[in-house]
Amino acid sequence: MSNERKRHVIPGEVITSGPYRAEQNTIQVGDKIVSTIVGLSDVHDGSVRVIPLTGGYIPKDDDLVIGKIASHSSLSWTADINSCYVGMLPASDVFGRDYSSSSDDMNSKLTKGDLIAARIVNADMTRDPLITISGRELGKIDSGELVKISPNKVPRLIGKRGSMIQLIESSTNSQVTIGQNGLLVVSSEDSNGLLKAIQAIELIEEQAHVANLTDQVNEMLESKSE
Amino acid sequence: MGGRDTDIVLLDENGIRCDGRKVNETRKVTIKAGVLKNANGSAYIEFGDNKILVGVYGPRDVHPKHMSDTDTGILRCRYHMAPFSVGERKNPAPSRREVEISKVIKEALEPAVMLKEFPRTAVDVFMEVLQADGGTRCAALTGASVALADAGIPMRDLVAGCAAGKAADAVILDVNNEEDQAGQADLPIGYMPNLKKITLLQLDGVLTPEEYKQCIEIGIDGCNQVYEIQKKALQDKFFASGEKQ
Repeated sequence: MSNERKRHVIPGEVITSGPYRAEQNTIQVGDKIVSTIVGLSDVHDGSVRVIPLTGGYIPKDDDLVIGKIASHSSLSWTADINSCYVGMLPASDVFGRDYSSSSDDMNSKLTKGDLIAARIVNADMTRDPLITISGRELGKIDSGELVKISPNKVPRLIGKRGSMIQLIESSTNSQVTIGQNGLLVVSSEDSNGLLKAIQAIELIEEQAHVANLTDQVNEMLESKSE
Repeated sequence: MGGRDTDIVLLDENGIRCDGRKVNETRKVTIKAGVLKNANGSAYIEFGDNKILVGVYGPRDVHPKHMSDTDTGILRCRYHMAPFSVGERKNPAPSRREVEISKVIKEALEPAVMLKEFPRTAVDVFMEVLQADGGTRCAALTGASVALADAGIPMRDLVAGCAAGKAADAVILDVNNEEDQAGQADLPIGYMPNLKKITLLQLDGVLTPEEYKQCIEIGIDGCNQVYEIQKKALQDKFFASGEKQ
């Protein structure tokens, strides 16, 4: 049909037909590949996918997410990960294998309201996704500013090979931990840098659909630094 | 056969209907997507004098828990008419008719939505009729499918709704309130335009087999017209400002 690589599509719209693989957010109907969601179609290397422009976060294996501890039972914590499912963090992940519910106090490590950077271990949808906080860059978050954006705009914030987020981090002297679920923690020693970084993130969230966004962000960051 | 007595001339000698339309013409339809801030997806539809607001929530936790399904997400629909939506005050409690329409709209949307991806969750669709003028079930269905797409629920296709019917012995498209009251038949259709599949079909009244075939034909044609407006509503919301690449 069309040879354009990226196109705006809505559910039910035919993206292309022919020998393509139907991937993310597409289905095959006869010999046609149809979008199931509002987004941008991407035909690449014999496969077709649609980058969504709306919708919530669906947990995927190995995603880094930022969660807020909601409650705990005697064996695990549950964390709100900005999704229709809650994250399950087993107590043995924090205390080690010899965890015993009688001798270890779960509140001593994590309490309700704590923020954690976690990785999704198992999201097979048969039960709530299992998360872990053991690993590099994971664990309890003690400082920083929590910013919430739409999960669909996370790839835009990261940019091609991390270009956008690197630009923000280097020009504002801040560190940004990006959760795939749309929650971010921005931290910086310099309060001006922190504010600027948050403003830049908000700009990206608002203007995510605009081309040449990197230039616009760059301009904004430079103008404020004078 | 059929229809209540009325003073209104449903179809004049020139083939013009009581509201000035031709027999195969729909009313003016306008749809706006994303009108509610607190809902995950929403739409406002004006279908002639029908005014309907739709809000979609979810996928989210199912309450009560026993309704949840471990294999798939569930769809729940509520069609409700506001007390001020009709001439005489309507009791806001769900009536028999509203329960029925909620059910048929749910069943008309189910073939389109793909909730297998979200097991143990529910998607709630609330349709609030602010002003009614005949054909609200088709209008609510049309709006609901735009709101679902706005919420990012995966769908095989949009569902467009439009009724056909018979009044003054003529087959007509998009039956309005007068024609519904005084006419001979009303045949609401829900249709997936790309998959070419009918998801809602009801018939109130009597039609001959030929008339029935004709009704289906023009009804589907009406759905295709409505679909173009649905498409435009979504494009206006998501793609209007600034083209990407």
